[in-house]
Amino acid sequence: MVERHIGLSIFCHVVLLIGAAAVCMPLYFAFVAGSLTVGEVQQVPFPLVPGSHFVENTVLAWNEGQFSRLYVNSLIVTTGIVVGKLAVSLIAGFAVTYFRFPFRMTAFWLIFISLMLPVEVRIIPTYEAVADAAGPLRALFDAIGLNGFVADTTGYQLDAALQWNMINSYSGLILPLIASASATFLFRQFFLTVPDELCEAAKLDGAGPLKFFWDVLLPLSRANIAALSIILFLYGWNQYLWPLLFTTEKVMSTAMIGLKDLIPVADAQPAWNIAMAASFFVMAPPALVILLMQRWFTKGLVDSSK
Amino acid sequence: MPANNAIMTKNEGAATRPRLPLRRSLGSLVRPSEAGLKASHFRRPWLAAGLLAPQLLILLFFFFIPTWKALSLAFVQVDPFGGTMIFVGLDNFTTLFSSPEYRDSAILTLWFTVVQCIATLVIAGLLAFATDNVLRGRAIYKGVILLPYAIAPAISGVLWAFLFNPTVGPLAQMLHELGFAWDPNRRPFDALLLVSVAAVWKHVCYDYIFLVAAFLAVPASVMEAAAIDGARPVRRFLTVTLPMAAPTIFFLIVMNFVYGLFETFGIIDTVTRGGPAGSTNTLVYKVYQDGFRQLDLGSSAAQSVILMAIAVLFTFLQFRAVERKVNYQV
Repeated sequence: MVERHIGLSIFCHVVLLIGAAAVCMPLYFAFVAGSLTVGEVQQVPFPLVPGSHFVENTVLAWNEGQFSRLYVNSLIVTTGIVVGKLAVSLIAGFAVTYFRFPFRMTAFWLIFISLMLPVEVRIIPTYEAVADAAGPLRALFDAIGLNGFVADTTGYQLDAALQWNMINSYSGLILPLIASASATFLFRQFFLTVPDELCEAAKLDGAGPLKFFWDVLLPLSRANIAALSIILFLYGWNQYLWPLLFTTEKVMSTAMIGLKDLIPVADAQPAWNIAMAASFFVMAPPALVILLMQRWFTKGLVDSSK
Repeated sequence: MPANNAIMTKNEGAATRPRLPLRRSLGSLVRPSEAGLKASHFRRPWLAAGLLAPQLLILLFFFFIPTWKALSLAFVQVDPFGGTMIFVGLDNFTTLFSSPEYRDSAILTLWFTVVQCIATLVIAGLLAFATDNVLRGRAIYKGVILLPYAIAPAISGVLWAFLFNPTVGPLAQMLHELGFAWDPNRRPFDALLLVSVAAVWKHVCYDYIFLVAAFLAVPASVMEAAAIDGARPVRRFLTVTLPMAAPTIFFLIVMNFVYGLFETFGIIDTVTRGGPAGSTNTLVYKVYQDGFRQLDLGSSAAQSVILMAIAVLFTFLQFRAVERKVNYQV
């Protein structure tokens, strides 16, 4: 700051206070609504101070929405996305930066291209891919005539044997979301900044590529891994479209979908108090992560958009 | 970031070569290239193949094949039961472009995205400017303003759907008292406004983080020089900070468009479900509606292809933005 203006300073505080209030206002009203009874929540004007039923409503919402199960599902799916994506992209990033092999650039390009299309634009075909994961293999075998060949020579029906439906399964919820190369690209960028001397030294000491990766590269990447895990955690927990499409059974859906099911529809009793109480425990894990790990989160966000 | 990229450029060899692989000629696909390879590296092709296999397999099954399918489905007509497929050429596209519904949806999406983009950027800019100019309480303000990043679009939708619910919502009640006939379930404009508010509320924090960082990155010496020349804070902001943050702003415009186009599905599904009368039926929501509700696979695939084209365009713009940011700062 070069010089201070008291007027400007006051103006800025006012702006920030309004901004903070605008962020908190929906959350506050949600809390008030979550602490009222069904009757109270419908009164006009809407009460400005919280009632005393928040815990009661939370418990009710938790049981009514089967959140014991949905919460576990969300945790499994989110962990799967975080761990899976990190593992897959770390080794892929390692391979494209530290190995010389034919088609290295081709592999890099194949990964790179996938950055271009967000999942939302290929909803239907991806749904098909998950519903019938073995379909492409069948089509391939069909195209190259392997089906006919195998059927002719051995009498074995490849078509019938290759079936794999991932609807209502954890893998169906996790795998399509891992299929983007943003993290691979991030690690590639990071590995390129690692000094070459480290690899030279490791080689001189007789370390193979895997030992180098495990003992040198992974510890160096710790900060990036931490930052990225937070972003991926938020991404995984807050998924909405995929669980909505890929789970038809209540027991396999996620907390986010459970919350959606609690929103009162037009003709039902307007149980907004239950829905609002539920929204708090559904948004709690990511909110805690952001509040407790703000520094890592900011780093992760800025890094992952590079 | 400047440091990272500087090192990266050195590693990639020639300074004349662009930093991002996008511009590299297609010839590098087949020619063995050193670009992006560490000077000290290993030569174990099979190990490398093994390390790449998981990523490439996942991409093959959940990216390349679905994308290929969407491309091929866009040119055929499938009956809802998936029995027969007839090649119809560009029919799906011509039907789409001549359908008033699709045109409405496209115009609506454009409006929604532009309004959302500008509102988000202006609010975030104002907040970031204020953050840059206060000394006390900065961390607390930041913490609170960042909070919506943790909140899923769907939850943001639920919160705002409640606040503006015409029968129980506290803010809707205020509007009614002020004499507005607020009802997002019946009035198209109200619905669109509500969706936009929820979208902006959720996304301001994203732009805010980047703008705070960009404003902080303006060298103190430049600000001091401007101050010595007699420029007051607002003038300094408009003539020094903003131009220096221009690459970030460009990047954020692109990102806001991507968000508005593709990531607002959760908000629309929880607030309005595309209604009333299709007034919030954005392009992405329409793909879902037509494909999963109406089972019109051909049309839905054609819409996917159009969205893909838009997404590719925005990815290019995004990389241009990143490139400009780099050039500017190094």
